[in-house]
This record gives sequence, structure tokens and C-alpha cells, in this order.
Amino acid sequence: MTQRHRIAIAVNGTTHDVEVESRRTLVDVLRHDLGYTGTHVGCEQGVCGACTVLLDGEPVRACLVFGVQADGAQVQTVEGLGDQEHLSPLQETFSSAHALQCGFCTPGFLMLVTAFLRDHPSPSDAEIREAVASNLCRCTGYQNILRAVRTAADATASGDGSAGEPS
Amino acid sequence: MKPASFAYHRAASVDEAVALLSREGEDAKVIAGGQSLVPLMAFRLARPSALVDIGRIAELRYVSRDGDVLRIGALATHRDVEINREPGVLEGYGILPRAARFIGHYPIRTRGTFGGSIAHADPTSEWCMLALLLDAEVAVAGPNGIRAIAARDFFGGLFTTALAADEVVTEVRFPAPAPNAAIHEFARRQGDFAVVAASAALELDDGRVRSARIALAGVGDAPVRAAEAEAALAGTDVGFEAFAEAGRAAAEPLNPPSDIHGSSAYRRDLAAALVRRALAEAAGIDG
Amino acid sequence: MADPAAPIRWTGTPVRRLEDPRLLAGASRFVDDVNPARLLHVAFARSPFAAARIERIDAAGAVAVPGVVAVFTARDLDLPGLRPVLERDDFTVTEMPLLARDVVRHAAEPVAMVLAETRDAAEDGAEAIAIDYDATDAVSSIEQAIADGAPLVHEAARGNLLLDAAMYDHEELDAALDAAEVVVEQTFTSGRVTAAPMEGRACLAEWDERDRRVIVHVSHQIPHLVRTTIADLLGLAEQRVRVVTPDVGGGFGLKCVVGREEVLVAAAAVRLRRPVKWVEDRLENLTASFHGHEQRYVVRAGFDADGVLLGLDAEIAADVGAYACFPFTCGVEPLMASTELPGPYRLTRYRARGKAVATNKPPIAPYRGVSRPQITFVLERLMDMAARRLGLDAVEIRMRNLIAPGEFPYRSAAGLLYDEGSYLESLQRCADALDHDGWRTRQADARARGRLIGLGYSCFSERTAYGTPAFASRRMAITPGFESANVRMDPSGGVTVAVGTLSHGQGHETTFAQIAADELGLRPEDVRVVQGDTDTTPHGWGTFASRSIAIGGGAVKRAVETLAARVAAIGAHLLEVAPADVVLADGAVSVRGAPERSVAIAEVARAAHHAAHRLPDGAEPGLEARATFDPPGTFSNATHGAEVEVDPETGAVSILRYVVVEDCGVVINPMIVDGQVHGGVAQGVAAALYERLVYDERAQPLSGTFADYLVPTAAEIPPIEIHHLQTLSAHSATGAKGMGEGGAIGAPAALANAVSDALAHLGVEVDAIPISPEWVLAALRESRANVAAGGAP
Repeated sequence: MTQRHRIAIAVNGTTHDVEVESRRTLVDVLRHDLGYTGTHVGCEQGVCGACTVLLDGEPVRACLVFGVQADGAQVQTVEGLGDQEHLSPLQETFSSAHALQCGFCTPGFLMLVTAFLRDHPSPSDAEIREAVASNLCRCTGYQNILRAVRTAADATASGDGSAGEPS
Repeated sequence: MKPASFAYHRAASVDEAVALLSREGEDAKVIAGGQSLVPLMAFRLARPSALVDIGRIAELRYVSRDGDVLRIGALATHRDVEINREPGVLEGYGILPRAARFIGHYPIRTRGTFGGSIAHADPTSEWCMLALLLDAEVAVAGPNGIRAIAARDFFGGLFTTALAADEVVTEVRFPAPAPNAAIHEFARRQGDFAVVAASAALELDDGRVRSARIALAGVGDAPVRAAEAEAALAGTDVGFEAFAEAGRAAAEPLNPPSDIHGSSAYRRDLAAALVRRALAEAAGIDG
Repeated sequence: MADPAAPIRWTGTPVRRLEDPRLLAGASRFVDDVNPARLLHVAFARSPFAAARIERIDAAGAVAVPGVVAVFTARDLDLPGLRPVLERDDFTVTEMPLLARDVVRHAAEPVAMVLAETRDAAEDGAEAIAIDYDATDAVSSIEQAIADGAPLVHEAARGNLLLDAAMYDHEELDAALDAAEVVVEQTFTSGRVTAAPMEGRACLAEWDERDRRVIVHVSHQIPHLVRTTIADLLGLAEQRVRVVTPDVGGGFGLKCVVGREEVLVAAAAVRLRRPVKWVEDRLENLTASFHGHEQRYVVRAGFDADGVLLGLDAEIAADVGAYACFPFTCGVEPLMASTELPGPYRLTRYRARGKAVATNKPPIAPYRGVSRPQITFVLERLMDMAARRLGLDAVEIRMRNLIAPGEFPYRSAAGLLYDEGSYLESLQRCADALDHDGWRTRQADARARGRLIGLGYSCFSERTAYGTPAFASRRMAITPGFESANVRMDPSGGVTVAVGTLSHGQGHETTFAQIAADELGLRPEDVRVVQGDTDTTPHGWGTFASRSIAIGGGAVKRAVETLAARVAAIGAHLLEVAPADVVLADGAVSVRGAPERSVAIAEVARAAHHAAHRLPDGAEPGLEARATFDPPGTFSNATHGAEVEVDPETGAVSILRYVVVEDCGVVINPMIVDGQVHGGVAQGVAAALYERLVYDERAQPLSGTFADYLVPTAAEIPPIEIHHLQTLSAHSATGAKGMGEGGAIGAPAALANAVSDALAHLGVEVDAIPISPEWVLAALRESRANVAAGGAP
């Protein structure tokens, strides 16, 4: 019964052709078939959000999408935000705010927050907390993640495109 | 936690979806957003022989208004309902976007669909409860064409609906606006399934309740309407005590399940309080 | 020798972490990111029963599954299990088999190992193995396990006691309790929880034919221990085993023990000569891994009329599951509980008996705090209960009992030596921050408006940085404690510090670099910290028990001091002055008071390697130094304060304010210290209000998913306000004390006290964690019923 399907997925702008089993989740396709190991697996049941990527621009849990469902789609992962020498403003802000410790949940938060700030350019603190509550973190107690998102939102609002320094 | 193997088919239209379901047989399932189905498959609690993916049938994704009737296409995502700002579409139906915010989290709402929730019939589902509250109709496509099923006839036992194995939900229709409506829910964490949810829709007449509708989720295998409490409220004055009594009346006949998140007795207590709160908010008083 | 006249530059500075870029950019490397060619994936067939005999295992169906390459059972591998030992007469040694052979002792125990081309196929294979079990009666709780005639989890452990230690027994205790004005007698319980790091356990092993050794990549907190253990169990020379820990996605103690799966993966790789990887999924992590903190305390505490604690008697039982964890053993919880229960209070007359009770549930490991969240909960609840009975204020009763500055070093009733701490000051600061003086008025106003609000405190000291002598007193057969650091300066002047600790979120790549940079007059980014590879790091004990900054940092400081002296000597020689006349600052060796006369560190490094003939007489060529550090241990302390509101209709508890006043001595990086407090408090909030691993009467897990095991989201964790005090430690080379567990230690007690304060007027007292909304509602109902019946609430 194992069916294999040929799919084409664009990841951070690069199109990949790959053959996968129908049951292969998008996160496993990204990590193991295509080598984008920046996205992580935390629960495989859609609760923790560590696997969050953008699928055709929308934040989704990649463990709840089968790869075959993403055929022809545009996917953005953490690797597309920036690299070590040129971190994006959001990534810089996370570092300045100490919004990561072990870093395992971090890519999921970065993708979640990227979509959230795009859709909510002037969020209230309550809206930020509600959005950040989408994903689990076990190390930071969320304090600095909230601070980082607040800073990033304020920096974007002030239009200077800079990373912003957390207060 | 990897799913068992299955055959995968993508349907380009409703007709094709129905044909695929007929062909693949009883063990095939429809998948749209997958937010409810895929976790079950990961635990191998659900092991469909085949998935018929209807997620790309664009014609099924809409939120539209036809006079009083609100029509939600099966593939409208939770987020589509939550953020719809098209003038006039959700007027009088404000309870729906407010309820959407209780459904999981933002990245679940971008994928999960209205029709998916209705078809999956989780006993704590907000959409199922509101469909029952507002006397909605579920449109279903099958090999013999389209039929409409009233919400009160649609939900049955645990995760069981009137949907046949070869049928697909296409639309949910709400017949009339309910501007005096509210939902209150108790969950352990933000985004969790409700332990108990309560909703109320009132027709008010100058400080009196002309009629009341009350629905609950999480108190049984399927959502329920609190018929006795509704009847007792008809004609009464709006007020905290009347609503508290209605809450007690709504809770009394319930026999909710017990699990690690709450015993049957606790769920009954929650039901009474949440019904009162929903009624009060629907009537615009402190509650 | 850095210039003493120049300000210390990096210690105390919130330097951005050097490890951040790779973690932010998705360039990190966790075990599951490593995928060598011909990799085989592992899934386990796990027991559905908590107690059973295994009658038959038939793997034929599994081998036939497409993609499955091999299936191993205990008989196929024929390897010894993990056998952790405490050298105590009151401890019963048991063995944790790698794969169950004839019996299973907990649900989800691994019985067969399936290796396949994909994890999906391995799981298909595990499903297809036919195993005949003869289920037997299981014990699911302490009460069941110690009842007469209870089935034994291990034949050797009579009464299901793996440890029964009557540790302390002051001869005047009973008299003290008899003479007390008030004796609080209470039973307290704490529910089973687990660390649940975002990355579960994971292990990849590959046989290297060139070097004829096995390379084990593992998500772990103590790489050197993994190496020795695998070598011992597989019968390999330790030189033939290399352990590499890449990035580790959290540990919290779950990963400081060596589990079955790590050894099995190495064994399979050696046998099959193919790389083998097992990645723990979340279901395994919650139901088949290591748990903690399920304890019961039966206590009597006597107080005089002024609220002074006169005596404390405790019967402590820990539900430790079916096996002892390696190497700490299941004794770790009851022993730590017994020894540290007296806490930060003045106490002489003390009795404690600690038991490790075996049940048919997964084994425990030392999860963050290790009994200290529980003893703090117990002791702090006793303080509040006594205060209420004596009509004393909660802060006042503590003020009368906390050890005061003039009493340090203080020998506790359990024989521990507490070094300097700020117990009283931290309580005062916390009370001030929460406006304690106005509390009763605010609470009365709120009650008049139907709101139930409460305020609670917890004071505690946190034993950290245990060196070898401290561990030795536990009589573990494997005694951790010391730490090592090797530092090397390369010919270009770059510094590499190799350590035996294992940062998994704590930021050592930055904090150790800060320490080294201060000594050498460099910047942190000039210092590369290497950890986690047994080939390139000195033997060490990894990261757990709040040890790394004090012990690891201490070893780093000493090694770098030695290196700095050598650099100074060579630089001075090149400058033609005496070593005492130079300072290291801004990347150069310069003459003290004449900074224009200097030689770049890079030039000194070149000379040491490429011009050894120019070195001073007697100087060794090259620039390396090594040091160890092995302190007796040091205590940090904190006071937590929480303001809560209880919803009388749902029983839900909201946290309105949370304040921490903590003292961990010298702070190397304040951002990192605050981050540890935040994360610890979040786990403490979780333990107080949300998380519980539920097992039914047959020891079946009922909360094995993240939907049921309630790790809090950002919506459940309040803003955490932190204030710092600084009491230096004489036992730390840097003055820093450990503090990583403090947040988790203080929170459950503060919240339990706050909820009790909110409901005390209704006669409700919290005696168990987690506090569920349903429990609150039931307690309120019982209170109303008592009043209705004409009694007290």
C-alpha cells in the first residue's frame, strides 16, 4: 500500500523535486529528504509548534501537513530568514533579548513571529502574548521571547528597519 | 510517531472527491486541513486506507452572506472566519469570529477548516456547538447529489455524524443572525480543547427574554441544547438570578464524561457557571 | 595577570551569546540533524502492560516488513544492564535491563529493537512483532506498593523498598515536640512530573572502520560518563569509544542519566557495522523515559508561642518507578529530601527517614530541583500553617527563623555547612516589592467585592556546585564532582578552552569566554569554548546540579590564570621588563603605566610557537595550561513571592504578580542568570498548577501526550520580576554560585502558599501539588458544607 509520489516544493525560493511516501510529513520531507534541518520536531501532534514553517505565506505546523499536500507550494523555513553572518533584524532582536537558550524551539518561534508581525504590525502586548502562546518553550519561561517580539514590533513601527534594542 | 501507510489522492472537485471515496471504500477518509486527523494518524489511532485530499478545491473556500443567511464553505479556515472584515458579511453573526479565537492557536487556524471541524465532530468543538445553537444546516455532497441535514440531526454519538463514508461536507448555512449571542469556555491552557464550553443566543424585548437558545460542548458525546433551561427562560426578565437559575437548569440533566481534566461533577459545575456567564454577556449585563 | 587597576570588563556584562547565531540561523546541529550514509533508524516494541511475564517473542512478521533490516531482543544481544550502586546497607541494588528479557516492570518498557531504513518502517516493524505477555498485578502508587502482600517489582527489594534510610534522629526531638505550643501535623504530596525538554533524547552511533571504534552522537548532559558506560557494557576498551554531544535541546536532568536506548544504539551499530539512530518521540518521552518528583511527606513540626521552629519530624517516601537510574540511583530523591528539608531555617532537633519505593512506572532521574521543590513546598507550607494558628504574619514567622548573617557558616541539622547567604534580606526585599504591609487591606477590599486573592512566599537555599567530597557523602559507586579545563592559545593568539561541562542552553560558550577574556585582556569572541567531544575535552562531569559556572568556571579561571602568567612572562621578556611590570589588556601585553610600550598577544603567541628560541630561559614552548577545580559546594538563596487570584466558579488560579529576589554571588552574565530564573519559575508554575503524569490503578499512563501533559504556554506564565543580591562565595574561584535550579525550587511553594492565603478564611489549606481547578472547587464546596452544617469552614 506504500505509495510514492513525485512532488515539487519550493523552499526559500529554491525548487526541489523529490519522491516521497504519502505518509511522509512536510517536516520530515524538509529535514530528511531535502536537508533543511533548521526546522525541528518537538511532538508530531501539532501542539508544540517547533516545526512551524510558512506554507504559501501562512504559518503552519509542518508535522500536520503531509509532503504530498505541499506539492507545488512555496515554503519558507528559518534558513530563509538570514545566515550566521547576516542575521535578520528579528533574529538579531532575539539574540539581544536573550530570547533563546537551548535554541531547539527557536526556529518555530521565528517563523511564527515573522507571520504574526507581518499580519499585526502594531500589536498590543496582549496580542503578542496570545500569539507567542501558540508555541512551547521549556527553557526561557517566555519572558524574553515576549520582550523580543515587542521590540521587533516597535522597531518595525518606527520604520527604521533596525533590529531595535530591547528595553 | 509515524502514521501507517495509506494511498493518497487529490480531488480537483467535489464530484471527484465523492467518486474517489466511493471507489476507495469505507476505510478512506477525507483530509482538508488535517489539524484533527493527522495527530490521530500519528498515534495510529486512525489508520485510513486512503486519504482523499479536498484541500485544493477553491470553490469550497468562502464566507458569504445571502440576505439573512450566512454561508460558510467547508474549506473556509478558522482564520477566514476569525478575520473576515468584508462589509456586512458577519453582521449579526459576531459570535462566530469571537468563537474562532478559542480554536487552538493561530497556526492551527490557518490550516484547520470549518467543514473539517463539523465532519470530525469532536465533542468539545466550538463550531459544532454553534451550529447546534443557531440551528444551522449542513450541506453534504454524495453519490446521489447534495442533501441538507439540520444540525440537530447531524451530530450523534462520539465523533459520529450523519455523514456517510462516501459523502463530503460542502457548506454550513446559518439561517438567521444572532446579535445577542455569547460564548464562554473553560480550558486548562490557552488553545486547549475546552473542558466545557457554553453558548447562548437571546431574542430580547425591552429587558425581557422573548426566546433563548443555549448549547453546550464537552458535556457529552456531542453538543447539546439545554431545552428545559431554554423553555424556562422564555418570557422572563433579563437578570443575573434568572440566568443563574437557567445555568443550573442546563447543568442538572447532564451526565458529562470524566477524564483527567475533570470529573463529571466538575463539568456539571462548570456548565452551570458558563451558561450563566454566556447568558449575561448575550444580554449585555454583568454576569 | 589582567591589570587590577583596569575595570573588570566582561564579568557582570550582559554579553550577547556567542552560541546564538547558529541557533537562530538554523545552522545548529542536534543529533537528529546528523544523517550519515546507510543510516538505520530504530523503533522499539514496548510493553503495553505495567507488569507481566514475557512468554514469547516472534519477530518473523517484523522482519518481513519492507524496509526492516534487523530485529534484536534481549537474547539476541545478551548484554548486561545498567546497575547503579549506592554503597549503603539500606540500599538494594537492582539492574535495569537494556531490553526486557523475561519480565516487564513498567508500561512502555522496551522489549524489542527494530532497525529499518526509515523510522516509519521501523514503527511498522515494531507493530508486527508478536509478543505474548502474561500480565500480572501491578503496583501503581506508594500506598499500593508498601501494602502487605503487594506484588514485588523486584524480588530482591522486599516491601518494594529500594532504599530505606533513617538518616537523622535527634534524641531531643520528641521532647521538643511535646513542649511545643503548636505542632503542625500534615501529609503533603507532590505529583509525578517530567522534564519534557523540547528535544527528546536521541542517540546516533556509527562504527568507524579506520579507527576501529564506535562514535556515539548523543543528546546528553554528561558525555564522558556515556563513554565509560558504553565501553563497560559493550566490553570495549574505552579508547574505542568516542562520544560527541552536538547541540542539545534542553535536558533539565532527564539527560544526565544513561538510559537503555543509548547503550542499545551503540551495541547495534557495532554489531551491524552500519550507523544506527534512535530519536525519542514525544510519546516515548512522556511515557517511557525518566520522571521525577512524585513524593509523599508525613511531617510534624513544633513551634513555640513566638513561632520559633523547635523540632521537625519527617517521613519521606519517593515513588521512584521500576528501576534505579544510572548513575545517580533512585536514592537521589529521598536522600536529598532528607538532607535538605531543614532548609534556610535555624533547626537542631530533626528526624528524617527517606524511602525509595518501587512501583511499576518508569524510573525517575534527577529532574531540576531534585526534591528541593518538594521540601521547600513542605517547609514553607508548615511555616504558613503555623503562622495562621499562632496569629502571626507570614513574613514575621520567617524572620524569626531564618538563619541570620552573623550565624554563617551554619551547620544544619543534617550536617551540611551553609556558607554566607542573604536569607533575611531577600525576604525583606521581596516583601517590600510586593507591598506586604498593605496586603491585608488590599485583600479585605477584594474580598468585599467577591474576589479571592492571596499572597504567598517561599524562602529557600539552593545547594550548588557539589564537588567530589559532597557527592562522596552519598556513597555513589560513581562519584562526580570535580571539573577540568584545558586552555590553549594557538600561534595566532586565538584561545580555545576545552571543558568537561556541557552547556545545553546555559550559555557557557559565552560565560566561560567572559571569564577567560577577563584574565587575558581579550574579548569573549576571541575565546572559543569547546565542549562535548570526549576526543577533545578533558574528563568532566557535564552540566547538572547547578555546577557549571562555579566548578567549570572555576577550572576555566584557574587554567586561564596559568596561561595568562605564561603569556605575561613571554611578553615581559620581549619587552625586556619583569613579569610583574606588565598587564594584559586590549589584546596586548603592555608595561604597567606605559601602555604605549606593548606587544600584541598575537605576537607573543607567534614567539611561543615559531620562535621558541626567543623565549625566556626555562619557559616551555607552546601555550597550554590545564586545571581542575573541586570545591566543597556553596549555597545560593532566594525568596519568591506570588500574588494570585482564584476563580470561585472554575477553581482556576491566575498569577497576578511574581517576584524573585535571588542571590547567586557574582553574576558572570546577568542576562543568562535572569533567563535561568525565568525558565525555572516556569517549570515551578507548571508543577504547582498544570503538569501531572497520571497513572491509573493498573499503572497505565493516562497523560502521554502534550495535549494531556500540560506544559504551560506564554499565556500561563506571568511576568517575572527579578531583584538581585550578591553575597560572594568563598568556595568559588570567581565568586559565582550556581543558581540554575532555583526558579523551579521556589515557585511551587510560593504559589501553594498564595492559594492557601486566598482561601484560608474558608478553611482551605493546600497540601498537594499540582493544585487543580477541580480540587479548588471541591475544597470550596466542602467549606460551604461545613459552614452550612454549623461548623467552621
